[in-house]
Amino acid sequence: MLIIIRGVSQVMGRLSVGIGPVRLERPGMVASGIMDETGDSMVRMLRAGAGAVVSKSVGSVAKPGHANPNFTEVYGGCVNAMGLPNPGIEAFAEEMRVAVAEGPIVGSVYGASPEEFADLAGRMEDYGAVAVELNLSCPHAKGYGIELGTDPKIVSGIVSAVKAAVKVPVWVKLTPNTHILTDIAKAAESAGADAIVAINTLKAMVIVPEFAKPLLSNKVCGLSGKGIKPVGVRAVWDLYKAVDIPIVGVGGIEDHRDALEYIMAGASAFQVGTGVLTRGVDVFDQINKGLESFMDEFGYSDIRSMVGVANE
Amino acid sequence: MSEAVVVIKSIEDTNAYSRTIRFDWDVPARPGQFLMVWAPGMEEIPLSLSSVDDEKSVTFKIIGDDTRFLGSLKAGDRIRVRGPYGNGYDLSAERILVVGGGIGIAPILPVLRAKKVDAVFAARDSKEVAYADPIGGELCGQYWICTDDGSMGEHCNAVQMTEKVLDANEYDMVIACGPEVMLFFLLKMLNSRNMKCQMSLERHMKCGAGICGACMMDSHRVCKDGPVFTGEQISQMKDFGRGGRDATGTFVSFR
Repeated sequence: MLIIIRGVSQVMGRLSVGIGPVRLERPGMVASGIMDETGDSMVRMLRAGAGAVVSKSVGSVAKPGHANPNFTEVYGGCVNAMGLPNPGIEAFAEEMRVAVAEGPIVGSVYGASPEEFADLAGRMEDYGAVAVELNLSCPHAKGYGIELGTDPKIVSGIVSAVKAAVKVPVWVKLTPNTHILTDIAKAAESAGADAIVAINTLKAMVIVPEFAKPLLSNKVCGLSGKGIKPVGVRAVWDLYKAVDIPIVGVGGIEDHRDALEYIMAGASAFQVGTGVLTRGVDVFDQINKGLESFMDEFGYSDIRSMVGVANE
Repeated sequence: MSEAVVVIKSIEDTNAYSRTIRFDWDVPARPGQFLMVWAPGMEEIPLSLSSVDDEKSVTFKIIGDDTRFLGSLKAGDRIRVRGPYGNGYDLSAERILVVGGGIGIAPILPVLRAKKVDAVFAARDSKEVAYADPIGGELCGQYWICTDDGSMGEHCNAVQMTEKVLDANEYDMVIACGPEVMLFFLLKMLNSRNMKCQMSLERHMKCGAGICGACMMDSHRVCKDGPVFTGEQISQMKDFGRGGRDATGTFVSFR
């Protein structure tokens, strides 16, 4: 059973977590862009043990994304430059209708201006999203994502506009491709953001020597998977000291020990993306079981009691 | 999953509409699996393996810019392949009848090489199916050819031919690959006879590896949970025979 608190206190299980007012029965969410383009697919992930699903990043109009090739496995994970493909916010209503009937869905949106973000976030709220996640970190879509999300002023403007437009919590997903991550997070917090999600993929490139060309049609892509986990854990560690709002950790989590690194660095909850590829759809179930055994063995009462303990 | 840049050993016409590229790549693969194939000048596309041995092959119909480009490559040129992806066919049943329709004949050839079973080769005309005749003689128990225009074999479609074969022979499993409209009516017929089957399905693919969700049919990833699904699974799919997702993820009806 899903539990979202709207001013009502709830009895919570050991695996349950709170990201501000958003309560999830299980701590792991499906990261945006992973099996979350259709309603049926999001339902499947919830049933597979995810505490919530973050939707595909949706924009104002349908977008096909970059041409194939836009993905390949690499050592330590994979790279992609999907290019924010999505059916547009209008058509996404039907996918959300199917998904929110099953459990908590976080609506991810991307836009080019504060007004566009605010409009899209409002639509996601109307569709029943328990929170909205602002994609300020996609590394491979011109005019979007990282191009906005590395400037604290722009981030502040977008977050303020969205906060004024919606009642649901506003999460901001940030990129590690910056040396001012904590400044950006502080700007988001000051503008009213309810949580920071970190990290998105690392800017990357793959070249095929035989063809003397980059492999992906967009050339620049994003690296995800186990190889980026230490980068993400460090980012969460820094963020935990820099901001007071909750942090959602993401980047290379494949098993419960990976998740624990993020939690102990300061993440209140976590997201899994590439782990769905490497471990399969039941990765959430495996992680949940692993977390329970770990808490038994090491005497932790619940997930909340482990958040940030590595900082102490 | 593996990836490699391989040298084309040979490229030749399979029939009037299709070409086959052969290359050495000693990665284990099963009948029914596919590769993502790319070379500069085209978009990366999923192609079923028409041979799963160390000398592998892909056979493709020229239907658009990418297949036209791929078909224009020469022996000695290089292509980049990754895979093999997907589940492949379950060949454990005792008595199998294989049904291939049009370009769907190519992906079932590895089944015939793995297990000498009976087959139906269906196509629109003799120009599309003639190449299967000697293969059937070499690899099959019994085999039947039919064409929509009657120019070779029986003058009927794949479903009608399969029904005749099932009337006269005993099977435990039908394995089918072909256009979705053929599979749709084939499944209807097989279900009415309580005949078990596996079918290979197709949807617009991006990652090919089960992560992006572009090729969903209901809650199934065609690339990773499939492309081969059982008749029981397909019978539950509301998208089957009805429509698929385009590159934006928008649902598009077939009709």
